[in-house]
Amino acid sequence: MSVKDNLHNLKEKYKGTKMAPAFNAIHTFLYLPNEVTHGGTHIKAADDLKRTMNIVIVALIPCLIFGMFNAGYQHYAAIDGSLRTDVLANFFTFDNLWIGIIKVLPLVIVSYGVGLLVEFIFAVIKGHEVEEGYLVTGMLVPLIVPVDTPLWMLSVAVVFGVIIGKEVFGGTGMNILNPALTIRAFLFFAYPTWMSGDKVWVYDAVNMSEADAISGETMLGYYAKASQDLTIKGTNGAADLVTTYGDRANELYSTFDKFMGFIPGSVGETSTFLILIGAAILIFTKIASWRIILSAFVGAAVMGLIFNQVVAADIITESSKFYGLMSTVWWEHLTIGGLAFGAVFMATDPVTGSQTNKGKWIYGFLIGFISIMIRVFNPAYPEGVFLAILLMNVFAPTIDHYVVQGNIKKRLNRTKVKTA
Amino acid sequence: MGLLSKKDAVLLTDPLADNNPITIQVLGICSALAITAELKASIVMAVSVLFVLGLGNVVISLMRNIIPSKIRIIVQLIVVATLVIIVDLVLKAFAYELSKTLSVFVGLIITNCIIMGRFEAFALANGPWRSFLDGIGNAVGYGVILIAVGFFRELLGSGTLLGFAVLGDPIEKTGLYAIGYENNGFMLLSPMALIVVGILIWIQRSRNTALIEEN
Repeated sequence: MSVKDNLHNLKEKYKGTKMAPAFNAIHTFLYLPNEVTHGGTHIKAADDLKRTMNIVIVALIPCLIFGMFNAGYQHYAAIDGSLRTDVLANFFTFDNLWIGIIKVLPLVIVSYGVGLLVEFIFAVIKGHEVEEGYLVTGMLVPLIVPVDTPLWMLSVAVVFGVIIGKEVFGGTGMNILNPALTIRAFLFFAYPTWMSGDKVWVYDAVNMSEADAISGETMLGYYAKASQDLTIKGTNGAADLVTTYGDRANELYSTFDKFMGFIPGSVGETSTFLILIGAAILIFTKIASWRIILSAFVGAAVMGLIFNQVVAADIITESSKFYGLMSTVWWEHLTIGGLAFGAVFMATDPVTGSQTNKGKWIYGFLIGFISIMIRVFNPAYPEGVFLAILLMNVFAPTIDHYVVQGNIKKRLNRTKVKTA
Repeated sequence: MGLLSKKDAVLLTDPLADNNPITIQVLGICSALAITAELKASIVMAVSVLFVLGLGNVVISLMRNIIPSKIRIIVQLIVVATLVIIVDLVLKAFAYELSKTLSVFVGLIITNCIIMGRFEAFALANGPWRSFLDGIGNAVGYGVILIAVGFFRELLGSGTLLGFAVLGDPIEKTGLYAIGYENNGFMLLSPMALIVVGILIWIQRSRNTALIEEN
C-alpha cells in the first residue's frame, strides 16, 4: 500500500478527533486528496490555494539561492576587497554557497518549523483544517531579515507574527496585515541593534576589524551619509584613505552590481534582476497584480524625481541630513534596498492588498511613494518599504470602499440621466 | 465570608474577573498604555487609583441626595480633583523620582473613565458602604491588569523587575544574556501594551466563553 493510501486510511480512522487536521494537512500538502466534491454545481479549476502558494514559492527560489551565494560572497569580499574586481568569477563558488548553507538554510528551516508548528497547534485547538497561508510567509521571512539574525529571535518573531498578525483575525485570508511584514516589523522594533546599522548585513561583520567592516554597510546606509567624510585605515602600512560615503559606495558597487544584487542587504532582496524574473512568473500565472507592481515602481520613481528636483533647486543643500538620499538619482532608488522585493512579493498579497482595479493603482502608487519618503526622511534607518506596505495594508479596505462607492454613484447618475 | 453578605461580596469579586474595568468594559486604557513600561509605576498607579476611587465613591455616595443632578458632573470632578491633588502631593513629597516618571498621568487620573464611570453608575445610587466596596473592587480589578501588564513589559522589555536585574546584566553578559538573550525593545513601546492587554482579554474570553458577544 502506498504512503498516500496509508495517509488516507489514517485520515478516515481519526476523522472527527482532535488530531485530524494534522493528518489532513500532511495529506493535502503531499498529494491530491482522494476526496471529491459531491452534489451541486461546481467549477473545476487547476489552481487551488496550495498551487497558488507553490507558484509564489517557485518565484522566490531564485532569490533564495542567489541570497545563499551572496551571503558567502559578501562575507569574503568584506575580508578581501579584491574579490569585487571580478564579481562573476568569484560569486558562484562552493565556499560562498557553504556560508549560505550554514547561515541562510537554518533561517528557512526555523521559519517554516516554528510557523507551521503554530499553525498546526491552532488548527488542532480550533478544530479547523491547517491552512496553506504559511507556505509563502515562511519563505518570505528568511529573505527579508539580515543574515546574522539569531535563530531564537526569528522564532519569537514568527510566533508573534503568526499569532498576532494572522490567527487572532481568524487565520489565512482574514488578516489585515501581511504576516511576513508583521514579523519583520516586530524584529525591527524589538531588536533594533540586530536589524540596522553596518554590522548585521554581512555574516560575521561584528568580528571583523573596522577597516573591513565598512563594506558591511547597505547601499541605503551609504547614500544616507553620502556627503559625510569616511576614513578607511590603511592596512599593511598603507596611507589612510580619506573619502566620503557616497564616493566609497560608487567605488565599491557599480550600477550593474546594484541591479544584479551583488550588494549587502537582507538575505533575498538584493537582486532586482531576479525579483523581476519572479515578478514575470507571478504576472504570467496571474497570481500577482501587475497593476500593483507597476504602480509601486511608478510611485517610487515619482517621489524620487520630486526629491531630485528639490535638490536641483537648491532647497536642500549638502549640510542637510536629508541630502544624501534625496540626491540619489531616482532610478537608483528602484534598484537598492527592499523596494523591488516589497513591491513584487509583499504588496501583491491578495489578502491584504486592494481588490478593485482602480484601488490597486492607488494602493501600489502610494506604497512606492511613501517608501521613498520614509527612506529619505528617516536616515537613521533608511528602509521604508515594509512600513509603507503595512500602512497601505491598513488603508486598502478604505481605498476599495471609496472606489466601490464611486462606481455606484456613477452608475446611479447614468440611470438618472436615462430616466430623465 | 462572615464580614460581607453575599450581595456585597459580589461587588468586590465581580470587577476582578467577569466585569473587569479594563478587559471587559475596556475603560482606563490610556493609562494602561502609558505607564506600564515599569512595574513600579504600575503599582503606584494602581494604589493611587485605589485611593481615589475608594474614597471618591464614599464621598459621592454620602452626597448623592444633595447633589443637584444638573451639575453632578462638576461636583464629581471637584471630588476627584481634590483626591488626585492629595495623591500628587504625597507622591511629590515621598517619591519625587517616581512622581516625575508618572508626570502628567497622576493628574490625568481625573479623566480616567473608570472613576467617573463608577461615580455615575454606582455611587450616585448606593449607600456609602456598598459604594466603598464597589470602588475598591473596581480599582483592584484595574490594578491587577495594570500590574500584570507592567510585569511582562518590564521583565521582557528591560529584563528587570522593580528595577532589579532578574535576568542578569545585559552589558556584562551575565545570566540569560550570556547565552545570547536580548531585551525586547518593542515591549517598551506603547503598542505592545495594547497587544498585551489584548492577549489578556483573549485568554479571559477563551476561559469564560459566556463573555463572547453574539454577532
